[in-house]
Amino acid sequence: MTERAFPVADAVTTPFWEGVAEGVLRVQRCGACGRHVFYPRAVCPHCTTGELAWVEAGGGGRVHSFTVVHRAPAEYREEAPYVVALVELDEGVRLMTRLVDVAPADVRVDMPVEVAIQGDPRLPYFRPRR
Amino acid sequence: MGADRVAAIAGVAESDLGDVAPKTAMQLQAEAARSALAEAGLTFADVDAVLSAGGETFAPSMAVGEYLGIRPRYTDSTNIGGSSFVAHAGHAYRAIEAGLCEVALITYGSTQRSQASRSLGRGGGVRGTAQFEGVWGLPAPVGAYALAATRHMHEYGTTAEQLAEVAVATRAWAAMNPRAFMRDPITIDDVLGSRWIAEPLHLLDCCLVTDGGGAVVIVSRERARDLRLPPVWILGHGESHTHLGIASMPDLTTTPAVHSGAAAFGMAGLTPADVDVTELYDSFTITVLLTLEALGFCGRGESGAFVGGQRTAPGGSFPLNTNGGGLSYCHPGMYGIFTLIEATRQLRGESGPRQVDGARVALANGTGGVLSSAATVVLGRD
Repeated sequence: MTERAFPVADAVTTPFWEGVAEGVLRVQRCGACGRHVFYPRAVCPHCTTGELAWVEAGGGGRVHSFTVVHRAPAEYREEAPYVVALVELDEGVRLMTRLVDVAPADVRVDMPVEVAIQGDPRLPYFRPRR
Repeated sequence: MGADRVAAIAGVAESDLGDVAPKTAMQLQAEAARSALAEAGLTFADVDAVLSAGGETFAPSMAVGEYLGIRPRYTDSTNIGGSSFVAHAGHAYRAIEAGLCEVALITYGSTQRSQASRSLGRGGGVRGTAQFEGVWGLPAPVGAYALAATRHMHEYGTTAEQLAEVAVATRAWAAMNPRAFMRDPITIDDVLGSRWIAEPLHLLDCCLVTDGGGAVVIVSRERARDLRLPPVWILGHGESHTHLGIASMPDLTTTPAVHSGAAAFGMAGLTPADVDVTELYDSFTITVLLTLEALGFCGRGESGAFVGGQRTAPGGSFPLNTNGGGLSYCHPGMYGIFTLIEATRQLRGESGPRQVDGARVALANGTGGVLSSAATVVLGRD
């Protein structure tokens, strides 16, 4: 059996994963154009020129889209069905996640959600906003 | 037709398709290349440009050149996923136009079925920009297309039945293609009753996993004079990409075929209404709907209604994926080259019971990655 996938942090992404370890969701924000950036980068893809700084995200967002996975990769087969979603954070960036604390049949596009860091490996899951 | 006649498809061929064990991927490419060149009355010695992608090897154009004894003047291993070969056709056109080569060979081959090399995910440590998407158990690539399908349904009310129309129509074309892997007719209920893979996509919304290879030979106007078969002219081409990972797709319902299609039509001086037969990469049924909209065959959000009533099936008003597509004919991982092969045969009038009567203009569109890249060519006959 293949082992579950886990992120390998690098020089740019380490602050993100350190935040996750501390229970905090961080994204980058450009000092020049003010826009938020995710995934973490070495340069701002919006304005080219600005320096990116780490900021704590509010943790809220909405489900932009989702799929209920039935035919899972081998290492996740026993967990299926589960919900993988794209969440748009209130800061305007989109990220991939899994939804927890909700039945797959109850998930809707545009549903408000909030971050729920958990698991092994420790990852930023999301659940319905309370 | 507006574009100058600069370069033409002179030969096309498939290798063995389906389950080809114990053949190798390079063997498939070599067989297809020999057949495509023979159709054009050419040999390996005539080839001065090699273009390839995938093929389960490092630097595929080098591998093909070495295997076939070709030392090209122009080489291209551009890999933008399954659309690569359609992009290669555009690159070959420009290289010929610039005088860099005269006879370009595009190849692809894969034994993903017989080698059971396809996987939905790999597990373990995920590095680079994939570390944020590769850790959630999203089956690759179907899960990403499912995310696009959910969004299209949300925005436009597209239904599972409308997606199924594409699978049913494509199977009807495959039933007339002796080389198609799946030829038994299916119904919309069959599609909706097939098991879930990643909602809202069922098993029969998904392409096949087969072996197979293909080759396309593109020659200069000078060389095209001597062909045995009618030349199929490249009238326009375009390519683009908008993202790599699905979370970075700017708009989940707009594929980069918006850009590649506009470029190809603009160069050709033609519009979607001028196209007689259309060959689109149908990795999943949703891919077809999104691509029809992106290329302008229908308006945004209208593709579900557009494919209703088996409009794209044999006898329908919009002949689409007339070989049976990746959904039913063959899908060896990077399908794009087969859109070129079928479009060429349709324009030559060789497609037998599948022939679209009087086809003069064809469009081939490849999609790569997770709706990440697109390449379009508009083809025409004299």
